Amino acid sequence: MGFFLEVLIGGLLTGVLYSLVALGFVLIFKASGVFNFAQGAMVLMAGLALVQLIQPTYIGLWHFVGIGALVAAVAGLLVLRVLRGGTFAVVKGDWRVHLPMLVAVGAGLVGGLLALAGGAKGWPLWLAIPAAIAVMVAVAWVVERWVLRPLVNQEGIILFMATLGITFFIDGFSQTIFGSNVYPLNVGLSKDPVFLLESVFDGGILVNQLDISGAIIAGVLVAGLAVFFQKTRIGRALRAVADDHAAAQSVGIPLNWIWFIVWSVAGIVALVAAIVWGSKLGIQFSLTFLALKALPVLILGGFTSVPGAIVGGLLIGAGEKLAEVYFPALTKYVLGTAMPGGIEYWFAYVLALVFLLFRPQGLFGERIIERV
Amino acid sequence: MSAPAAPAIAPVNVIDVANIEVIYNHVILVLKGVSLTVPEGGIVALLGGNGAGKSTTLKAISNLLRSERGEVTKGQIHCRGERVDGLTPNDLVRRGVIQVMEGRHCFGHLTVEENLLTGAFIHGSKRRQIADDLEKVYHYFPRLRERRTSLAGYTSGGEQQMTAIGRALMSRPTTILLDEPSMGLAPQLVEEIFDIVKNLNEQERVSILLAEQNTNVALRFAHYGYILENGRIVLDGAAAALRENEDVKEFYLGVGGEGRRSFRDVKHYRRRKRWL
Ligand SMILES: Nc1ncnc2c1ncn2[C@@H]1O[C@H](COP(=O)(O)OP(=O)(O)OP(=O)(O)O)[C@@H](O)[C@H]1O
Ligand SMILES: [Mg+2]
Repeated sequence: MGFFLEVLIGGLLTGVLYSLVALGFVLIFKASGVFNFAQGAMVLMAGLALVQLIQPTYIGLWHFVGIGALVAAVAGLLVLRVLRGGTFAVVKGDWRVHLPMLVAVGAGLVGGLLALAGGAKGWPLWLAIPAAIAVMVAVAWVVERWVLRPLVNQEGIILFMATLGITFFIDGFSQTIFGSNVYPLNVGLSKDPVFLLESVFDGGILVNQLDISGAIIAGVLVAGLAVFFQKTRIGRALRAVADDHAAAQSVGIPLNWIWFIVWSVAGIVALVAAIVWGSKLGIQFSLTFLALKALPVLILGGFTSVPGAIVGGLLIGAGEKLAEVYFPALTKYVLGTAMPGGIEYWFAYVLALVFLLFRPQGLFGERIIERV
Repeated sequence: MSAPAAPAIAPVNVIDVANIEVIYNHVILVLKGVSLTVPEGGIVALLGGNGAGKSTTLKAISNLLRSERGEVTKGQIHCRGERVDGLTPNDLVRRGVIQVMEGRHCFGHLTVEENLLTGAFIHGSKRRQIADDLEKVYHYFPRLRERRTSLAGYTSGGEQQMTAIGRALMSRPTTILLDEPSMGLAPQLVEEIFDIVKNLNEQERVSILLAEQNTNVALRFAHYGYILENGRIVLDGAAAALRENEDVKEFYLGVGGEGRRSFRDVKHYRRRKRWL
């Protein structure tokens, strides 16, 4: 019993990670109808940015200065945006049209200089995490401005191809800059294993503390997102856009702004995934292909359901670990010969196939509300 | 805006559409030179059968056209003297011009009250103002107050139409582009909704451009009317005059000289096949 629970909990905690990646997918899919294959690459990008900011010794000083400049530029733009309240829209011909650009360049210079000054030591965590968020916001801005906006009204498949492009760009470009090492990420989460429930049964259950803190962080993130979506004005606008693009536009909700926000939020979710995963196994390029693991999760949970993404991720995480451990024993019992392992690698996909056949809308598939 | 020297237009007209041509998908010519004006405080009806181009005209003004791959290729649109074609829907809502789309388009997974609140998006977080406006909408549509916590997707057609209009009101519009509010509603409910619209017009001084197939009702509530056919305005005049016009009676009100007859039978007025 203790062993079973250990396997189960280990699986659930892997599932947390799948859930986080799937959650990024769902957010973007709901708000912009884009199937974002780049979600895994975004996890990689967020992780790399964070690692480099904390331990800049991994990269050349100039790269670090570059990141510093980028971060400062984004921060500058955000501050400007908040101060100006609402949009950048100004009358053409007015010098203020160039204000965002000026602020970005100016803040970028300052940020670069600061990074140059403090570069050798790396940034403390409290600065590095917001900076990594700024990097993800910058990615969101670039994607919205240079990919989504020009491709607006195109077929879903074209947008999907565009995200494939983004995926391999991020993946390849990061390798160019950072090389293909595995970078250990240390954000101060304890790695010591602990025993739980010792009073309940003999020996208790052995759990890695890291996994527990990871699950707590993910839980806090999900709760935060839920509040954001349900209670805030922007969250409400996001749900409105997810429901009906045209109607949202008709009441004056600017779709571009919403897309930018959604990609930023997905970027933040990616950062959290990177922290949870990277602390355990390090930041590595295979993170890009987490996207492939998120696919069966989405099929299980339904493409437009946030709870679906979470439950689906947990189910698949736990399911594949349990299958890996118990299936060989089961086949041995039934067939006489034990099946070799490796079920982990295909379990999720077979489960997804079964779902496609019998419940294509997923566990939490849309309850379609229709009324004429 | 890099507006080319705009012709001087008396600012009393909240909407001024001058000879616009609209093309969908670069090839489908739908409006072939439509002109109309909405004076401050007026209710103007835009009438015509299926596929005449009423919705297209409204979307050209609110600029929802672009996300349907439509484009104004000729002519211009002014709003209080300012050229507005080329602005975004968000810009127009900020200038007080908002469209209530055909088929209501409520956000089905949001509650009625949340739907209303989305209408206040452009007002940011002015809590006091938004609370007051919400109260006002409930005053005009008491039914919505009862249904405020229901998901809009589960409310009746009439309630959805009210939600859609109320949602638009939350943006504090000066002009509402109202597309077929009567669609699919029982006559009594149509009457109720038009009464409210009339009240809004008189008490809140909201100008209204109303696209309707229901000529009869529309001409009773409007001050002025345009009749659109095949992407062209074929007739316009004061609502009272249009009601007495023989052609209108015959083809749109169904009370022609030799008994009831549908305008469908008349070749000249034959409707275009709808593709979408
Ligand atoms: N997105 C689109 N792409 C191509 N053609 C379109 C599109 N939308 C409308 N049309 C065409 O434009 C014409 C006018 O349509 P519109 O919706 O403006 O008519 P309408 O007068 O509002 O009709 P109804 O009373 O049925 O709503 C129709 O022939 C329609 O097929
Ligand atoms: Mg229409």
